[in-house]
Amino acid sequence: MPFDHKHLLGIEPLSKLDILTILDTAESFVEISTREVKKVPTLRGKTIVNLFFEPSTRTRCSFELAAKRLSADIVNFNKQFSSVVKGETLKDTVLNLEAMQSDAIIIRHACPGAPHYISAFCRSHIINAGDGAHEHPTQALLDAFTIRQKKKNLEGLKIVIVGDILHSRVARSNIFLLNKMGAEVVCVGPPALLPEEFKEFGIAFDYTLDRAIRGADVIMMLRIQLERQQKNLFPSIREYRDLFSLTPKRFRRAKRNAIIMHPGPINRGVEISANLVDSAKSVILQQVENGIAVRMAVLYLLLGGKERETTD
Amino acid sequence: MRLLIKNGRVIDPASNVDETLDILIDRGKIVKINPKIEVNGSKIIDASRLVVAPGFIDMHVHLREPGQEDKETIKTGSLAAAKGGFTSIACMPNTAPVNDSRGITEFIISEAKRNAVVNILPIAAVTRGLCGEEITDMTDLRNAGAIAFSDDGHPIENSLVMRRALEYSRLLDALIIDHCEDRKLSAGGIMHEGITSLKLGIKAIPASSEEILVARDIVLAKETKAKVHIAHLSVKGAVDLLKFAKQQDIKITAEVTPHHLFLTDASLESFDTNLKVNPPLRSEQDVEALIDAIKEGWIDAFATDHAPHTPDEKDVELDKAPFGINGLETAVPLLLDKLVNKNILPLDKFVAMISTNPARILGLENKGKISVGTDADLTILKLQKDVIVDTNQFFSKSRNSPFNGWKLKGAPVMTIVGGKIVHS
Repeated sequence: MPFDHKHLLGIEPLSKLDILTILDTAESFVEISTREVKKVPTLRGKTIVNLFFEPSTRTRCSFELAAKRLSADIVNFNKQFSSVVKGETLKDTVLNLEAMQSDAIIIRHACPGAPHYISAFCRSHIINAGDGAHEHPTQALLDAFTIRQKKKNLEGLKIVIVGDILHSRVARSNIFLLNKMGAEVVCVGPPALLPEEFKEFGIAFDYTLDRAIRGADVIMMLRIQLERQQKNLFPSIREYRDLFSLTPKRFRRAKRNAIIMHPGPINRGVEISANLVDSAKSVILQQVENGIAVRMAVLYLLLGGKERETTD
Repeated sequence: MRLLIKNGRVIDPASNVDETLDILIDRGKIVKINPKIEVNGSKIIDASRLVVAPGFIDMHVHLREPGQEDKETIKTGSLAAAKGGFTSIACMPNTAPVNDSRGITEFIISEAKRNAVVNILPIAAVTRGLCGEEITDMTDLRNAGAIAFSDDGHPIENSLVMRRALEYSRLLDALIIDHCEDRKLSAGGIMHEGITSLKLGIKAIPASSEEILVARDIVLAKETKAKVHIAHLSVKGAVDLLKFAKQQDIKITAEVTPHHLFLTDASLESFDTNLKVNPPLRSEQDVEALIDAIKEGWIDAFATDHAPHTPDEKDVELDKAPFGINGLETAVPLLLDKLVNKNILPLDKFVAMISTNPARILGLENKGKISVGTDADLTILKLQKDVIVDTNQFFSKSRNSPFNGWKLKGAPVMTIVGGKIVHS
């Protein structure tokens, strides 16, 4: 299966076949993490930089473990202890890391397009681990992987995404991916966080969760950032919870075998009831687990084998 | 020394002239215009197959001096202007220090006298330090040489301050140029709010942020009877408001930039920082509305909003890059190619919007027209000249143009300021 991209900058530039290639490759990596010795030599000698300008638990550790399980060397860059605090630019930071012969740079940055920007002057493969509110491709891939595990096929599923769609890179990458794969996506949230124009991306939208959730196969809850309230994007957490929180009562309107997803971090009791988080319907920790296999697949497809002429 | 321009197609919207004429220039003034002039001892310019127009005037330029000479200076900005076909440019006061006092206005004028090859017309601040609170000593600034007043880039949010400034401006019959942006609505925005900003997850500036201030300024212009000029009109809603105001004979004028006419927000998919500008590149519908308004004669002037920034400042992630597009050397070829040569705008209307009207708006009595006794500021154009925009060839100190590499037809070939050839 060919994967003709030098970088993984987003879901949007990928074809359906590219996505299937990543997901199928990930299947073959799941088993490695269950071994007693959780390591294969596939990427031995490769140097990968985890360049995180924003805080992260899941994505950063997941990439690190994915790299280590493929025997790559990985360096963790920490913004607080870097020369960025002295005013070094993104470009100079990246050029210096490249001078240490990095093969891949995994970047998380608050600015949309930061990975695209550095890819223009980098030799290394660039992997977008979240650029502002733009994209978070590996999250969407691991979400798709998890849905496929539970539902076999993505096509025709009704997937409801609830919360702060406007500011969510997870929502965008998922919308792009699920659309390409033929799922039906319904977004739900307060109007200021779900502009009507989102329907241009081939989604349906609804301001009423009770209605949207009917017949859903998958319910994907997004974290609501508490500071949004100060900007009047919604009046209070109390009212947000009343309208958009996933409660057991609301969840009963979904399909009997519906699953609950959340990219984390969770505000327990805000966007989702704590007992649903911990329930058998929740696949939240499976998402995290699958993240490693999916990221191993991405690293393998970009870095593995011999270097070939690639375009992106 | 006398200069004789022979056989040019002379276009002068002010006198409704479009015919082949010779023009004789002496001591910086136009002294004779005739179908055939024969004189001895003058330098002759053969303008056959060329268009001779009244010198182009760009009423919205940032020259960065004093204070930001790494981006541009009065000298380099004037060289860029001359190359771009402009004979006069009005420079905005957001320098460091701000042009809000006689000393700075005089500095700009004396620097211009020493170093500039085109006429430099300083625009002074409306409020001290561009802070939007206390109005400047407008009479003193006018007497020092300020051509108009603006807090460009720093919209005057307080409507009372704006009203007071407009009231006071009547004392001088001065022009106030406003950058219309409700900063509460646009806060943190990088690009136009629309499908592309949603797709890219980029913080956005809604059309309403411009429309609301344009509407306010129209209301205040009506109330105070002062002269208001809307800088860089960019959205359809603001065009509609402008039409409404003009239909009621409110004294309001407006300009539009080439980049708002020939680029849209969709181009930001490249994340190119050279596309980051304020007001932002808007939607296709906005562009259509602007072009229609130009065709129908609602918009008075073309202006570049020439905003030079160094390559280093633009070589960063989009959030960090400063707003602004370098415009002096690309404006005329763009407008000739995209509007005149595509028969969207007749040549005389184009000249009116880039010379006659800006001169009228700024109150420049001896400019913007070709008639005996006026300043010998002329722009000579070759409509069929092929050019490729190459930012490395810019005379401007900066390179921040999204038009690099564009192939265009139509360009200025000679610029004459006060009877002197400053570029050819």
